[in-house]
Amino acid sequence: MDSLIVLLIPLLPLIGFIISGTLNKQANHTLINGLTCGSVFVSFLLSVILFYQLQSGSAPISYKLLNWIYVGALKLDLSFTVDALSSIMLLIITGIGFLIHVYSTGYMHDEPDYARFFSYLNLFVFFMLLLVMGNNFVVMFVGWEGVGLCSYLLIGFWFKNNAYNDAAKKAFVMNRIGDLGFLIGMFLILNKFGSLNYQTVFDLASHAATNDPTITVICICLFIGALGKSAQIPLYTWLPDAMAGPTPVSALIHAATMVTAGIYMIVRTNVLYTLSPDAGFLVAVMGVATALFAATIGLKQNDIKKVLAYSTVSQLGYMFAALGVGAYETGMFHVITHAFFKALLFLCAGSVIHAMSGEQDIRSMGGLRKKLPITHITFFIGTLAISGFPPFSGFFSKDEILAKVHEYNGGFMLFTILAITSVITAFYMFRLYWLTFWGNFRGNSHQASHLHESPKSITIPLILLAVFAASAGLIGLPHLFHAPHLLNNFLAPVIINAPTLEASASFEIALIVVSLIVLALVTYITYQIYVAKARIPVADADEKGISKWVANKYYIDELYNALITQPLQAVSTFANNYIEKYVIDGTVNSFRWLTNTGSLLIRQIQTGSIGLYIFGIVIGIICMFVFKFYLA
Amino acid sequence: MNIISEVGINSYLWLAAILFSIGVMGVLFRRNAIIILMCIELMLNAVNILFVAFSVMHNNPAGQIMVFFIMAVAAAEVAVGLAILILMYRNMGSVDIDTMKKLKW
Amino acid sequence: MSVIAFYILTVLCIFSALMVVFSKKPVHSVLYTIFCFFNIAGHFLLLNAQFLAIVHIIVYAGAIMVLFLFTIMFLNLNAEVEPHKSNLLKVAAVVCGGLLLLILVSCLKGAENIPVNPMLDTQMGMVKNLGMVLYNEYMLPFEMLSILFLSAMVGAVLLGKKETK
Repeated sequence: MDSLIVLLIPLLPLIGFIISGTLNKQANHTLINGLTCGSVFVSFLLSVILFYQLQSGSAPISYKLLNWIYVGALKLDLSFTVDALSSIMLLIITGIGFLIHVYSTGYMHDEPDYARFFSYLNLFVFFMLLLVMGNNFVVMFVGWEGVGLCSYLLIGFWFKNNAYNDAAKKAFVMNRIGDLGFLIGMFLILNKFGSLNYQTVFDLASHAATNDPTITVICICLFIGALGKSAQIPLYTWLPDAMAGPTPVSALIHAATMVTAGIYMIVRTNVLYTLSPDAGFLVAVMGVATALFAATIGLKQNDIKKVLAYSTVSQLGYMFAALGVGAYETGMFHVITHAFFKALLFLCAGSVIHAMSGEQDIRSMGGLRKKLPITHITFFIGTLAISGFPPFSGFFSKDEILAKVHEYNGGFMLFTILAITSVITAFYMFRLYWLTFWGNFRGNSHQASHLHESPKSITIPLILLAVFAASAGLIGLPHLFHAPHLLNNFLAPVIINAPTLEASASFEIALIVVSLIVLALVTYITYQIYVAKARIPVADADEKGISKWVANKYYIDELYNALITQPLQAVSTFANNYIEKYVIDGTVNSFRWLTNTGSLLIRQIQTGSIGLYIFGIVIGIICMFVFKFYLA
Repeated sequence: MNIISEVGINSYLWLAAILFSIGVMGVLFRRNAIIILMCIELMLNAVNILFVAFSVMHNNPAGQIMVFFIMAVAAAEVAVGLAILILMYRNMGSVDIDTMKKLKW
Repeated sequence: MSVIAFYILTVLCIFSALMVVFSKKPVHSVLYTIFCFFNIAGHFLLLNAQFLAIVHIIVYAGAIMVLFLFTIMFLNLNAEVEPHKSNLLKVAAVVCGGLLLLILVSCLKGAENIPVNPMLDTQMGMVKNLGMVLYNEYMLPFEMLSILFLSAMVGAVLLGKKETK
């Protein structure tokens, strides 16, 4: 029964994909809704069942579908295992996935390619489930590539716009760079441990020596994979561009689930990372650097989705910082809370964009709180959660990260940067909030007349997500409250040998108090700037000095273009003009010439004269005799 | 007395080699297809002589049976070959092998 | 006595074979061929293969060569119609045939004259003896031969038939 559930969870979205993918454009919306939302919802219910079984102390549930790759000593099964970690990811994917499916039925209502959109969404859910449920690295990799594919398809969903196609290609190519690291990491694991099965590898690794250089290299390679998928420096530039996709896609793929795949992978391989403090330190440094870097860019963005995109990059940086210091549960904690509040924020943004008839620039918004009350309240909750106001979920996870990083040996510098970043986060989020929902409306009259609250299919998911965004922090209360840390207890069987980092109660209190004061200050300042003084961000062309740098995202895209794209294009132009033309074509043509000329020559022998043929036969016989009796 | 023990098996080998070579030379020398067929018969008979000689030498009748088969096959071959030649003559007015030059590209 | 017979037969055989090749008229070639076959039949007799000698004369000289003769006359080829090949080709043909002979001879030169038991079974080449072997060990090939003849006959008739349009 349990194994059947394990099989059904990924199978249902796949069935939904296949059926809705084969429907034509005229297909009934109700049918598609029922199919796609229904399949994900059933998967969600099944995931809940599994979750409760694991919660009540059941062993991880496995299901082996088939013998997959049996070559020599390599034995890979296509098999699934649901343990505590997978179970949490399952709940996030199917739960939030279901809410976003429902949301999409409202958001994409007028889309001609309705069936295609939903089939892609279901396919994405399927691959994401494969990613988290597989019980070896290769199944994870299949899911990993699959979600990359779906991300590509959905970013470029409106493929008639070339800029969107470029964004899709960018996401795909950037991910490939990371995937290469993941692949190499997998090969190294196979080489070192002789298996790719999680259980086997981790059992062997738990006996390995700390600071084994091979393990460090493996960890770094896997981390490169995570860098690509989770949009960290230096492979983060695809994520802001990925906002070209429909907003539900941004919420589901580029905020809640797919981009956390890198975090999932590192938590999954925590045994290896614990063995390699160097790799862990690298992860932490990259995470912290990305967090700060992306947050500063977020300060100057004026596109509502771009702000959220950079915020996602920044929050993912937080998670990596937590993983890097060895606080894997805390990283997962932030994945959970982030999934709720960032999905919520994106969906609210979608609702706003929907109301604004496609307008995404916050300089044209303002004063929307009266017209969109539900969106406003839920967005506000999301803002509070991401900024870390107690008792919203972001507060607990973020403070736990800060505390853990502070306890990390030599982590004070990292802690300081993260703390500053959290202030910046609050700043740009409140800036976004005030500019969008307060002040006077700055759009044109057409937009003003069209402003309306979104339909129920959009608002209900918002409300549900807001509830979770507000309350999800309760699963990980700090020690201060003397309540059990539910998440840590649940995840305990998955995290092996991780170092314990416990902040003292007084530090936690100090952290809470200080963050409250600072956040209140930030709220007040941003209110003064953007509401009381109604300062509107200037047009991009008018930016000066450092702010121009920041507004242009530090010219990182231009840098990559100059450093990598241009030389590559120069090389390929050269190859096209010379190597292709003279070497490749030359070789092929010379073979053509050789065959042609050769056959013209040899054809002369075939005269059709039987007499000559007989001569040939006789001479051949003579040669055979000579060869047989004198040469052999 | 046995002839082979008197003249030696090698004499038969020489004879067969010479007859065979004459046959081959005839095939190369002449252009008349009928005479070429006859030269082929000569070559076959060179082999026949050897078969019989070795059959007697080894006291094994299989060689003579083989000659019998060769004769049968030669008869069949000549029947068909001559039929083809008649057809060819009918179509081309000649049995000269040089008139048959269509067997090419 | 038989040695002398062997040499006479050999000389005549080779002479007539050469004449087959070098005769100007096809009918002469046929006649020399028949003569050559008689000589070969004589060799068979010397070798105590009486049955084969008779069959050789009947089949070759009697049937096959008559067929040749018949064809030549039927086609009216008796006249010297054959245009001569160029001298170069003739020389090449002789050289080629000579080369083959040379090679064959040089290959056979080293062969030893294996001594043979002079008292051999004189009855081996008789009809009774060969018939026993033919109808016991070689029954199947013999029957296959009849199919070959049948098909050759059908083919010859089909080819020789005038095309009806």
